[in-house]
Amino acid sequence: MIEIMNISKNFGDKKAVSDLSFNVVEGEILGFLGPNGAGKSTTMNIITGYLSASSGTARIDGIDILENPTEAKRRIGFLPEIPPLYPEMTVKEYLGFVYDLKDCRFPREQHLKEICDVVKIGDVYKRMIKNLSKGYRQRVGIAQALIGNPKVLIFDEPTIGLDPKQIIEIRHLIKMLGREHTVVLSTHILPEVQAVCDRIVVINEGKLVANEKTEDLIMAVEGTRKLVAKIVGPEADVLKMLKSTGGVRYAEMLGKRDTDSISYLIESEEKIDVRKSLFYNLSKNGWPLVGLEGMELNLEDIFIRLIDKEKNEQVKKKRGVKQA
Amino acid sequence: MIAIYKRELKSYFLTPIGYIFCGMYLAVSGITFSYTTLLEQSTESLPTYFLIMIAVFAVLIPLLTMKLFSEDRKSRTEQVLLTSPVSLTGMVMGKYFAALTVFTATFFVNSFNYVLLFQYGSPNVTTIFANILGLFLIGSAFIAIGIFLSALTENQLIAAVTSIGSIAAVLSLKFVIENIGIEWIRVPLKWFSIDRYTPFTQELLDVTSIVYFISLSAVFVFFTVRVYEKRRWS
Repeated sequence: MIEIMNISKNFGDKKAVSDLSFNVVEGEILGFLGPNGAGKSTTMNIITGYLSASSGTARIDGIDILENPTEAKRRIGFLPEIPPLYPEMTVKEYLGFVYDLKDCRFPREQHLKEICDVVKIGDVYKRMIKNLSKGYRQRVGIAQALIGNPKVLIFDEPTIGLDPKQIIEIRHLIKMLGREHTVVLSTHILPEVQAVCDRIVVINEGKLVANEKTEDLIMAVEGTRKLVAKIVGPEADVLKMLKSTGGVRYAEMLGKRDTDSISYLIESEEKIDVRKSLFYNLSKNGWPLVGLEGMELNLEDIFIRLIDKEKNEQVKKKRGVKQA
Repeated sequence: MIAIYKRELKSYFLTPIGYIFCGMYLAVSGITFSYTTLLEQSTESLPTYFLIMIAVFAVLIPLLTMKLFSEDRKSRTEQVLLTSPVSLTGMVMGKYFAALTVFTATFFVNSFNYVLLFQYGSPNVTTIFANILGLFLIGSAFIAIGIFLSALTENQLIAAVTSIGSIAAVLSLKFVIENIGIEWIRVPLKWFSIDRYTPFTQELLDVTSIVYFISLSAVFVFFTVRVYEKRRWS
């Protein structure tokens, strides 16, 4: 549905996107990840025709965005990072304007009503946009993207600045939209990707770092698991025992958190669950385990690991070339 | 294009800008008209009225054009325009015609002033018609200059100030030309001056001048399209 082929974009001397290629198949929800300044928004702007690539091609449903922009844009609904809303208009006026702008062929009132029902903005339909909360504004932004029932939906950081309840609601909405549309979702939030996306594309400094199924990518980068255990017992002995437990790669004391227990950070070997062995060893020594929690990998960890992995591979390649 | 035209036209009257423009235009024009013709009880100073109105346009027309592109750029609403299936030319024309419509409507209402002249005297119809046409064409060209400058910035104030400055510069070129003796400087400057307006004051419907002002509008509309084209590629 979306084909990105060798896209590069230069802003003066700075290369914002460099030789980027990936595809999005029909009906897929793609998570588009990258640190700030990685080139995510630039890529999305190229896909939507807002910017032109310095080189390479972007095709939507087989149509080149540069050769036939009008037809390609008919197939795209875009929610930019800042929803493009006119505050002096009512929701009804604004959606009517976008309907006309997209030269929609569906029955006007019925189409707009259906969209309002999907994004749940029926109760603010006649209110001015400037008086709406951020959550509602975001929904109106999604509504404008849905007008014309485009095959492809592109959302740039759709949950940024929303409260936790609104975030969950928007995620559910995107998941639901993914049943009928091809969705590209740019985000910083890992649970969002895990909850919503089928596949993840990670970019850094405008280059592709990873393009894998969500579970595969998280498994690949997780490798080791980190645990924090609260244990009551003699500090040095407990630490010694933890280090000697099979499967534990690294252990350190984090300090006293409670009056009698001490917290320890435990890092296991790749794909080994050390929780059972820990429990039996502690029990054998009579040291009560009063707390155990897993430290989830966050997006920053994933970026760092992926980028480190990429750098290591580049170094290996260079060495290989030199040796050859 | 029609959707953008309708939205911009409506937007003028959802904000105070449209009312300020119409009100100021009619008030300033009414006062000037009264002083130059009605109170004089003569139509001899009618050309002076039209020349004063050209100078008034330098301040009033930027009111209409200053926010047309700069506001969209600042609030990022241009993203909905530029990612929708509308051509750049369609987008620019939609905005240009919206400003032109507000200008034309006010211009038309203001034309009732001239009816008064016929009530109390027998003015030269050709003089009035030629001046009205000239004034309208000059206003249309100033709108095109204004939208071009609005497309260059995201700050409405800068758009307004540069538009006023540019229009004032075009108006003052006439005096510069009169005081420059060097021919090769005078000729190109003359091309940009409102000297082309002179035939209208002399009761002439000069085709060259009509074409000149229409071309001036078209050139600046084209430049505005190019600004967006360039931004997309840069």
